[in-house]
Amino acid sequence: MPSATTHDVTVLLIEDEAEIRRFLRTTLPPYGYRLYEATSGGDGLAQASARNPDIILLDLGLPDMNGTTVIEKIRAWSTLPIIVLSARDQEQVKVQAFDLGADDYVTKPFGVEELLARMRAALRHANRPMGDAVEPVCTFGDLSVDLGRRQVFVSGTEVHLTPIEYKLLTTLVRYAGKVVTHRQLLKDVWGPLHIEEGHYVRVYMRQLRNKIEADPAQPRHLVTELGVGYRLRTE
Amino acid sequence: MEPQRPDPDALLRRVQAEEADQVRGKLKVFFGATAGVGKTYAMLQAAHEQRRDGIDVMIGWVETHGRAETEALVHGLPALTPREVVYGGSRLRDFDLDAALSRRPQLLLMDELAHTNAPGSRHPKRWQDVRELLQAGIHVYTTVNVQHIESLNDAVAQITGIRVSETVPDSILEQADDVELVDLPPDDLLQRLKDGKVYMPEQAQHALKHFFRKGNLIALREMALRRTAERVDQQMEVYRRDHAVVGTWPAAETILVCVNLKSRGPMLVRAARKMATGLHARWIAVYVQTSKHLRLTEHERSQGVDTLRLAERMGAETVTLTGDDVSAQLLAYARSRNVTKIIVGKPLRSRWKEWLFGSVVDDLVRGSGDIDIYVMTGEAGAGKPLVKGLLQRTSERRNYGYASAVVGACTALSVVMSPYFGQANLIMVYLFGVVVIATRWGRGPSALASLMSVAAFDFFFIPPYYSFAVSDVQYLLTFAVMLVVALLISRLAAHKSQQAEAALIREKRTAALYAMSRELITQRGVDKLASVASRHIHDVFHCQVAVFLPDRERRVHLHRGEALHFELDPKEAGISQWVFDHKESAGHGTNTLSGSDSLYLPLLGSHGAVGVLAVRSSRPAELLAPEQLHLLETFANQMALALERARLAEETQEAHVQMETERMRNAVLSSVSHDLRTPLATIVGASSALLTTTRPLSTESQQELVRSISDEAGRLDRLLKNLLDMTRLEAGAMQLRKEWHALEEVAGTALARVRSRLATHPVSASFPEHLPLLHVDGVLIEQVLINLLENAAKYSPPASPIDVTASVKDGVIVTEVLDRGPGIPPGEERRIFEKFYQLHPDREGGVGLGLTICRGIIEAHGGRIWVESRAGSGSRFRFTLPIEEKQPTVEPEANERDRAAT
Repeated sequence: MPSATTHDVTVLLIEDEAEIRRFLRTTLPPYGYRLYEATSGGDGLAQASARNPDIILLDLGLPDMNGTTVIEKIRAWSTLPIIVLSARDQEQVKVQAFDLGADDYVTKPFGVEELLARMRAALRHANRPMGDAVEPVCTFGDLSVDLGRRQVFVSGTEVHLTPIEYKLLTTLVRYAGKVVTHRQLLKDVWGPLHIEEGHYVRVYMRQLRNKIEADPAQPRHLVTELGVGYRLRTE
Repeated sequence: MEPQRPDPDALLRRVQAEEADQVRGKLKVFFGATAGVGKTYAMLQAAHEQRRDGIDVMIGWVETHGRAETEALVHGLPALTPREVVYGGSRLRDFDLDAALSRRPQLLLMDELAHTNAPGSRHPKRWQDVRELLQAGIHVYTTVNVQHIESLNDAVAQITGIRVSETVPDSILEQADDVELVDLPPDDLLQRLKDGKVYMPEQAQHALKHFFRKGNLIALREMALRRTAERVDQQMEVYRRDHAVVGTWPAAETILVCVNLKSRGPMLVRAARKMATGLHARWIAVYVQTSKHLRLTEHERSQGVDTLRLAERMGAETVTLTGDDVSAQLLAYARSRNVTKIIVGKPLRSRWKEWLFGSVVDDLVRGSGDIDIYVMTGEAGAGKPLVKGLLQRTSERRNYGYASAVVGACTALSVVMSPYFGQANLIMVYLFGVVVIATRWGRGPSALASLMSVAAFDFFFIPPYYSFAVSDVQYLLTFAVMLVVALLISRLAAHKSQQAEAALIREKRTAALYAMSRELITQRGVDKLASVASRHIHDVFHCQVAVFLPDRERRVHLHRGEALHFELDPKEAGISQWVFDHKESAGHGTNTLSGSDSLYLPLLGSHGAVGVLAVRSSRPAELLAPEQLHLLETFANQMALALERARLAEETQEAHVQMETERMRNAVLSSVSHDLRTPLATIVGASSALLTTTRPLSTESQQELVRSISDEAGRLDRLLKNLLDMTRLEAGAMQLRKEWHALEEVAGTALARVRSRLATHPVSASFPEHLPLLHVDGVLIEQVLINLLENAAKYSPPASPIDVTASVKDGVIVTEVLDRGPGIPPGEERRIFEKFYQLHPDREGGVGLGLTICRGIIEAHGGRIWVESRAGSGSRFRFTLPIEEKQPTVEPEANERDRAAT
């Protein structure tokens, strides 16, 4: 599936494993991506500022520095989307990466389909201005949110939300397709004082799902990223 | 003619002794009559010879007394650096036992075996150091004079008039491998003395001059010679026995010495030893504890213990018997041990008292049968005058007051009765009073009451009244009879109540012991047993108790069980280890480190020491009384046996676990290698087919191959994940990152993850509203659900539904995963949770870890997991997770209007 953009999207891959690099080198170009490769954190940072890529794929286990350090340094000067390639069972590091400003992650081993979907979502989000400039009405399948009128519809029927439920939903809409960590949700919805009250999110998310999901146990819109946060599915 | 065969028992003993000798060091004693005969010199010369033969000789301690010839010999030998001890402001130098043990020379020279060590040393006496050196396998040369031999101590004191306090037990000399007599005729010795060649400390010169008289020297020399000759005799006998030399065999004699009572006990013990050595007999020292024992002073009791200890040092076996009939106890015990001779002290009781109360010696002689009874010179102090004995205060002062009051009451009653009853009946009233007093308050008060009764009777009821004068002489007879009868009654009654008291105490102890045994049986595990036993010992003996238990390296450590307030003195840290290693008691009241205020007993099981028991009492004398000590040892024995039992059980368990682990490891290796290779084979095969360019494949086949590579890679990934999870669970490295989670949310992600593999199965997930939040590690619980769902998909027919539900029940959330498969065969419900267990190993593409991991995770969360086969078909896997009592609170929203509108 070719990307929506006409010119090639530039991708910087920071990864020390040669086989993973080879795998992406052969699979990405047919989809309209041009790949630059860096084998260490230092090299990656240098190339990031020299080539100014559209998106970065970053492995967390690098030989010379911590992947999270790379994110921190890049975020010091750029908001370009960063997708983390992580090994399994690294929830703690994942959360850290998100809090530092990573946009998304894929868990190794991953399929190319999954990676492409994540990259598309990240790029789409990056190309859109933040905050109030979002289109007034956002639609995700049977769910539509009218940000201007503060109304929520499921299959055309209006759903009444409490102020907190509404704020929770709109926060996820703002980052649609991206993972939003528990900390960030707590900060945006309840304020910085409640940043440690993880259960707030669970309780309100349950209420929200009961209102907008057909089967709350198998949600279609509000997806749980266990141990990390939530994501509003865009496709 | 049948050849003479050696006595097998004796041979066995000798073989055992030889075996012990192989690890024990050899002891050579240079034995002399007095100081100055040249023992040290002879020892040093022998040492030089050994050194020339290449033996690693070292001087542990040698006194040269500044004599040039001796010093010249010392200089040629390496010496151990002495230890410096600061004591009372002065510096003392003494032998360093620990240095010797760590240096381990082959042969060590230890002058003056009878030497008393500096205060604070491990052992009070040098001979104990020597014993430890021998046990450590170090050969020792030592010197000793005849006057220092324990059993000859009395005899030497009688001859020379000088008693030396530094003595060496006879057993040391007897167990010595070699005794070399260093002899010098008295005249030569006196000459050397005159020449100033014998060292004498200034202050003792006068006494020593008295000691070194020719008569004394001859007597001491004779003793030394005789002692050495006795040893030669013994060696001769050993030889004859080994080689079955025809000759008369002395029947195996056993001598029993009764050391009851006081100051003459040691004399009896020494006499018994002398006789035992002469006869090469075994000997037993016995102390019979009677109910009278309760009335003895602490000093008197400790004399008894000391005597038994002395006997033990001289090589006797010691026994404490309990019972009131001394002679009967002695004879019964003697018969049970095949004793041939009994030694008792000569009684010093007056004849009439013996007639009245019986005599132990008479009873013994009468009941002895074929046992010989030897009566040795007496038990001093036993013959107290009768009246003094009766009036001796044996009871509290208060009790005498009660006794007087009772006599007063009797008098009052008699006054009322006197107009109507005769004098004989009044006497009965008084006698009744005496009986009451005797049973209630014992012998002293009742004896007082007897005297007072006679006096009161005379004063109030015998004319002339209100005077002690007697008009009719025949009343004197009445008084006399009344007094004797009253005294006899009081004695008998008091005796009976004492017996009852003693029985009560015995009963209490038996009960205490029983209570402990009973509790020990119900307990499992070394730690628990140690705690229980120390609590019981603490309760019974009212002392501080500590238990030391060994680790794998056989180092003992204080067992911190229940707080029994035992403050461990750091200076005593080594004692427990010593006691454990040597299997001997130490500390207060023993021969080793007696400076300590605690008593350390080894806990000996049937296969060696299992620990050390330490007790510390604020009244140590009470704790060390023989009967208490004996009881304590019984407790310690019980404890040791229980501990040993527990330790053996643990070891068996460990061995079992180890076997199981070994079996498991093999199973893992075969299973893992098979299960990892199968997908790899497919991947390698399919990818190589794709790479081959000689015969191009159709697009369809290519797709097929690529799909199988992808599927098998996925399978490999899941396998590895399971193996890794299992490894982390097993290593205990699975750390729970608990957070608040909603169960349906966790189930939702699990369903999303396995959706592709559940493709054909319709899955229904229904959860009641408002389930409490769970405080769990979400990722792990998700894993449990993933494993259960995958299992359900694997074992149920395609397109059959799978249900996930949950309910709240008794403080837990029960989650269920139901399938419509064949179910679990009866009897396998537990086994399927075991590691590497597979119902159909050939059919399944796993390693049999999925359910094991589930169980590990659920149990780590304090829950339970099990399976129920459903009637008809299908299995129902259930697991519980505890609901935290403190659910987190969520501030309600200020604006509830909107919600109400829904």
